[in-house]
Amino acid sequence: MSDEGINSKRRNFLIGATSVVGSAGVVGVAIPFVGSWNPSARALAAGAPIKVDIGKLVPGDIIGPIPAWRDKPIFVVKRTDAMLAALNDKKSRLADPDSLEEQQPTYAQNDSRSLRPDILVLVGICTHLGCSPKFKPEVVPQDFDKEWMGGFYCPCHGSKFDMAGRVYSGVPAPSNMEVPPYYYEGDSVLVIGVDEGTV
Amino acid sequence: MATMEQQLKGIMRWVDDRLPVTETYEKHMSKYYAPKNFNIWYIFGVLSFVVLVNQLLTGIWLTMNYVPTGEGAFKSIEYIMRDVEYGWLLRYMHSTGASAFFVVVYLHMFRGLMYGSYKKPRELIWVFGMLIYLALMAEGFFGYLLPWGNMSYWGAQVIVSLASAIPVVGDSLAVWVRGDFNMSGITLNRFFALHVVAVPIVLLVLVVLHILALHEVGSNNPDGVDIKKHLDEDGKPLDGIPFHPFYTIGHDVPAIVMFLIIFSAVMFFFPDGGGYLLEHPNYEPADSLKTPDLIAPVWYYTPYYSMLRAATFPLFGMPAKFWGLVVMAGAIAILFVLPWLDKSPVKSMRYKGLPSKLFLGIFVICFFILGYLGTVHPTPGRTIVAQICTAIYFAYFVLMPWYTSVEKTKPVPERVTM
Repeated sequence: MSDEGINSKRRNFLIGATSVVGSAGVVGVAIPFVGSWNPSARALAAGAPIKVDIGKLVPGDIIGPIPAWRDKPIFVVKRTDAMLAALNDKKSRLADPDSLEEQQPTYAQNDSRSLRPDILVLVGICTHLGCSPKFKPEVVPQDFDKEWMGGFYCPCHGSKFDMAGRVYSGVPAPSNMEVPPYYYEGDSVLVIGVDEGTV
Repeated sequence: MATMEQQLKGIMRWVDDRLPVTETYEKHMSKYYAPKNFNIWYIFGVLSFVVLVNQLLTGIWLTMNYVPTGEGAFKSIEYIMRDVEYGWLLRYMHSTGASAFFVVVYLHMFRGLMYGSYKKPRELIWVFGMLIYLALMAEGFFGYLLPWGNMSYWGAQVIVSLASAIPVVGDSLAVWVRGDFNMSGITLNRFFALHVVAVPIVLLVLVVLHILALHEVGSNNPDGVDIKKHLDEDGKPLDGIPFHPFYTIGHDVPAIVMFLIIFSAVMFFFPDGGGYLLEHPNYEPADSLKTPDLIAPVWYYTPYYSMLRAATFPLFGMPAKFWGLVVMAGAIAILFVLPWLDKSPVKSMRYKGLPSKLFLGIFVICFFILGYLGTVHPTPGRTIVAQICTAIYFAYFVLMPWYTSVEKTKPVPERVTM
């Protein structure tokens, strides 16, 4: 030991090194605490794909908000020919008419946003703040829209979507409703929650 | 034989040599000199402490019968209300207490705005107070999910979905917060842990810091004059009186009694406050597939909820939803820097100029309007009103450096006025 004053260079090095090692330790310890907030194995398993029989679905009708996939309501709509024909009548009222934003699998990035033109599959949740929009297929003037074209209306904050789940411009919701991954098993069974061939 | 009194003194001395009990008591109670001109606005700090104790006690008792699971939560609330002895009373004390907490805290904050209690040297008191306010909002939010009613569910769903407005990481952040792809019993369980353990600990620490910082610099008063400038020969402020017994017995006890009368009236006769304190859709269990027709948060959040909804147009390539989050977060964040925005040479509104008074007045009116709009369906007209009020809310703060420095102030007296 010397009493010739303090070796501040060495002291600073030791403070620095201890801080770095200590911080690394804090980060390491934080990992289990942060990680435990992720969905657990059971929650992940509960999010497994579901099967829906659409054999009895008539044109113009909807199945939903039940069934649910990952506890989110699913809408399955069988659109009439008139609904399909009217889909692209008033594209100018839509924010993203060509579905450029990735709110759907690539096989649903088309005019009808679906695999088969008539069957629409959507996650029934408003892209604004997660409410469940109401199905309003009738082409009649509504309180919220005098030129209503039929589609989905969110009662919480007034967002509007067309019969393909595409969002109107000038409403709080920023993007089209999500199309989940899905495929057909045979003619009348929909498998929702997974792309074909990935199971 | 020593007398009883001498024996007690001896015991006290023995303790004081090991733990500064007497010193602490004198510093914070019997020799803490508070300005003698306190008025009714100076009771809300004590009242918030009374409510805090109520919340802690009733909260602990509620956990004894509450079940924090998706299957059990709603049923256990019904059990508490119907089968547990005095369970209904404990729950109503807690739910009425939650609203009362925000009533007294809002009035306490308004007092601060009015008399400049945030100004130098009390900036840290204000900052700790704002942290308490923030912790309180978190506490209320987590607690509101616990009854697992349908409004609990969807209210929390909307607020957690706010996270998804953050670019890039938003969606995974929302999943991380929920611990599931949608709100579920998993979310409920972790909110329970945060509500009954984590946030209360933070809250208590902040309350201690708030009071320690206050007792370090001393209380402000309606005149905003520094009572430490005029001391008597013992070094005590001429305009100060000991907190105990003068304010505790003479000021706080009557105020607490008055408060408890009003509190009991609400709790016994209007426990659901016409749907504002306990919302009607919450008498139905949570249903992830059925959104209530109108989602409105509890009244104490509605001003900020209005501001969130007031953002309806995209800007700079970011969606409206993102700006809603920014506006809402900004409205709370800006409160923290208030002490550095006020450039006025005087503290109290009594001596500030007309611009300050007008701005504070319309600020409060706008806060009320926003609060009301947050409870009703948005219409185009209401959205415009909300946008104007949001602009005024921010103008009050952003323009403060300007209007407080150009306005003509009145001379501040040397001593407090009664």
